[in-house]
Amino acid sequence: MQQDSSTTLDVGVEAQGWSIRASDIVFGLLVLVVMVLAWQKLGTKMDYYEQAILLGSGIAVVAFGCFWRPARQFMVVCGLLALGATQLYQGDLARAGQVFWLKYLLASQSAVMWMCVLFVLATLLYWLGLATRSATADLVGTGLTWSAAAAALVAKLVRWYESYLIGADVGHIPVSNLYEVFILFCLITALMYLYYEQKFATRRMGAFVLPIITAAVGFILWYSFDRRAHEIQPLIPALQSWWMKIHVPANFVGYGAFSLAAMLGVAQLLVSRGILASRLPSYDLLGEVMYRAIAVGFLFFTIATVLGAMWAADAWGGYWSWDPKETWALIVWLNYAVWLHLRLVKGWRGNVLAWWAVLGLLVTTFAFLGVNMFLSGLHSYGTL
Amino acid sequence: MRRHSVLRVLYELLSSMRFAISLLVVLAIASIIGTVLKQNEPYSNYVFELGPFWAVFFEILGLYDVYHSTWFLFILGFVVVSTAFCIYRHLPGILRDMRSYRDSASLKSLRAMAHHAEFPVSGAMEPIKARILASLQGSGYQVKVLQREDGLMFAAKRGSKHKLGYLLAHSSIVLCGLGFMLDGNPVLRWQQLFGTKVAETRDLPQSKIPAASRLAPNNLAFRGNVTVPTNAEVDVIFINSGSGYFVQELPFSIKLNKFQVEHYSTGQPKLFASDITVTEKATGKLTKATVSVNHPLVVNGIAIYQASFGDGGSKLELMAWNLFDPAARPHLVNTTSLNSQPYQIGKDKYTLELGEFRPFNIETMDEAKAVNKEGITGILADVRSVKAERRTRNMGPSIQFKLRDTQGQAREFLNYMSPAQLDGRFYLLSGVRTEVAQPFGFVRWPLDESMKIDGFMRLRAVMLDAAAYPEIARRAGVKARAGGAISASSAADFERSVVWVLQRFAEGGFAELDRFLKAKVPEDKRKTVAETYIKILQGAAAEALALADERAELPFRPLDEDRSRFLMDGLVAISASFDYGVPVYLQPVGFEEVKASGLQLTREPGKSLIYLAALMMICGVFCMFYIRESRIWLHLTTERALLAISSNRRNSELDREFEKYRTGLAKVLDAASAQE
Repeated sequence: MQQDSSTTLDVGVEAQGWSIRASDIVFGLLVLVVMVLAWQKLGTKMDYYEQAILLGSGIAVVAFGCFWRPARQFMVVCGLLALGATQLYQGDLARAGQVFWLKYLLASQSAVMWMCVLFVLATLLYWLGLATRSATADLVGTGLTWSAAAAALVAKLVRWYESYLIGADVGHIPVSNLYEVFILFCLITALMYLYYEQKFATRRMGAFVLPIITAAVGFILWYSFDRRAHEIQPLIPALQSWWMKIHVPANFVGYGAFSLAAMLGVAQLLVSRGILASRLPSYDLLGEVMYRAIAVGFLFFTIATVLGAMWAADAWGGYWSWDPKETWALIVWLNYAVWLHLRLVKGWRGNVLAWWAVLGLLVTTFAFLGVNMFLSGLHSYGTL
Repeated sequence: MRRHSVLRVLYELLSSMRFAISLLVVLAIASIIGTVLKQNEPYSNYVFELGPFWAVFFEILGLYDVYHSTWFLFILGFVVVSTAFCIYRHLPGILRDMRSYRDSASLKSLRAMAHHAEFPVSGAMEPIKARILASLQGSGYQVKVLQREDGLMFAAKRGSKHKLGYLLAHSSIVLCGLGFMLDGNPVLRWQQLFGTKVAETRDLPQSKIPAASRLAPNNLAFRGNVTVPTNAEVDVIFINSGSGYFVQELPFSIKLNKFQVEHYSTGQPKLFASDITVTEKATGKLTKATVSVNHPLVVNGIAIYQASFGDGGSKLELMAWNLFDPAARPHLVNTTSLNSQPYQIGKDKYTLELGEFRPFNIETMDEAKAVNKEGITGILADVRSVKAERRTRNMGPSIQFKLRDTQGQAREFLNYMSPAQLDGRFYLLSGVRTEVAQPFGFVRWPLDESMKIDGFMRLRAVMLDAAAYPEIARRAGVKARAGGAISASSAADFERSVVWVLQRFAEGGFAELDRFLKAKVPEDKRKTVAETYIKILQGAAAEALALADERAELPFRPLDEDRSRFLMDGLVAISASFDYGVPVYLQPVGFEEVKASGLQLTREPGKSLIYLAALMMICGVFCMFYIRESRIWLHLTTERALLAISSNRRNSELDREFEKYRTGLAKVLDAASAQE
């Protein structure tokens, strides 16, 4: 029997998804080194839960880097910039206004301002690309979005460090109030968008996703210029918990994904009416990305709600108190649960689901902002 | 037979997708109600807000406690039942499907699939078979090879756990429902329904509460609160139930050893913690622990939380100043906060109802004072700095109390102990209001050079002492003549005017003078006359102040700017005391604080079920979205091969996978035919 080794049934393991490359191992080792250094420097100041979170976040960073390779360079660059900023500070917060690189680039507020500018520019470029069918403008838009996301991540990391410069007892991860989570929202939504942009090889969705980020940027600017919300405040007792480190980011993956889906819903509705149809991705592709965003958002929103319930059991004396924020989280969850049932079980496609996703953004926005503005309850950390 | 079919229809309805989706939507909408209307407020608030008619209507609908109302629990119950039926209905099919390779699929059905392809076959079969098998297994497929009559069937499947995801996520909802039900304490609900347990609505001492409103320590599930003053010990908690409450007896007692409060340098709260000792009744076992926010203590399956804090009945020293009897001496009242006692002022009888004592009052300063820096560079510099300026101040200790007269009318007061600086002067502040809903209106008692209230009280005593008026008038007259303001002949008239003004002022302050002006003086002259009165009053008050100092045997002090302002503040304060409502000012002068800690205790047997359900839900959702179930059929005869692929999700990924297998198979078959 002859055996021709050159011909095999050409279906590799790639079909399964993940494979490991040499660069993954390098990245993994780098993260390991950073983790070990962090452990040596700060390990004794953390409790078991925080140590577990450090370990878990290291694993998550490596997994994320393997899952989506461009994120590796992104994280490394941001990490280096943030590290540089901490070195420039030399333990003195006043240097934020004195040292050139801090003052104009790396101090958290300077980075936030850069983020705002870059997101606005990215939006303009994506629209220019859409209007003129210019691939160059689209490409620049992508570059600007990456830069804006980098500014956001650097701002977060540096702000975390700055909070400890204000006072050892003030220091905390910057996800504790509305201002800080809005930056997180911009960062997560932008990264999710960039992932889908690459995965589906189209830059045209940017013209629809970036406006929602720009809206958040507008809020951030108003909130800091008018309300001085950018000032770092110490944590009230209810928020002094390691739960915050995992509950809040998980929630914002959900919010970011739902917002992204809603904007794609808008695009899909326009395409269905023939508006911009020749410039935008196909109707089905938009629907597919929308579904993927809602699926990942739903998964993380579920995790976040569960984490929130577990935190509530520690802080408020019960895993579920029908607090307005909890109730609205349930409403959001039910809303997307129904959406997913309709698509997956009933097999629906098309405009009804697109409309549903768009209106879902209203529900999500109310849960995220409206509850804080109009309803009072236990969860009133981000009042306007 | 007919009945059977009704049940059947009901079962079909309950387990249907349409019904489940409608239920989820109904549940979401019902949940909104409870977030829009504030829940569990006192009934009077609802009447005030909605009016008497709608308040009753809303109460009948159970809208004041939506999440515990029967209709809401019904919806929740329906969700659980519907989900359970849904699982029951689909379980056999799912299990069968997970196990099955669908190897008996007909060629016709394969050809009907969207993703199928046919190839001619020639050459040796064995290597083809081996390669197909190897590559399918290599990409994670489970393969069943079946020699059928019409040829060889490779039936492969991958990602059956997707279906497991469905089971996990939906069972999670049922489990969650059970956990929720358990923690909702069905036993107590049952007892309430049959009247064996009744919520107490009267305000009784704990020991007098009847057995029907007391719950035994072995109660299934509860959540209640208790306030423990420092060094006190409690062994019951109170559970709100509708408009009443239950007393829950505990299997242990809790003693509060110490309550700690810490603040950041900016004034925000940093730590609330209770040092407690828990003594278990059955064993006498002691547990000492510190309970703080986010760090509860669990004893015997009961979790103890730091919920709130406050005053636990502090010892207070109040200096009582009679505001209208110039002869009365101030006297010290020793009392305790959160307590009421009879109190007599002159002949008037009152009840002194002491409220909460606060050792500090941290207030946010006016935002206007922290305005942004000027100009664009200033604003930018402002927005660049993450360090917040301190915008709070501590107003010092305060005591809140009511004075209730014999008719039952009460005025509420909020008196601060520390001097407050306002417009560059120091005062003692006393807030007063007649209704709880109103904000406090503040009276400022001015402080003298030695930062005491005594100087003002001496001035007030002289100003209200009619016996002193002739002397004051004489001195004012002397001064007026010396200054050439009046002639010797008009001195007597002037002195009479002084006495007259003082009398009016002693009857009702500035308001009384104003009343007289409005009643007796023509409108066009009012302004000049008023100015004259004020001038006379100021001159007289200056003499009164000097006289008050003489009476107190204090050295003479000239009337400088500081004293003038003190004098003006004094006149305003005397004037305000006529609206104070009670003839006494109780000045806090000393305290010995006793703190109290508010603890929440819960027993939630359903919690572990809920957590298990949560884990199942997360795993289930993950499996459903991220495990793609796909099946491949490859039917092989010596003449042709038929490839078909199906997946639970028809998307671009399936297209790609199909393309890969199609080209892959084509290559294998080509290679085989080439070797022939």
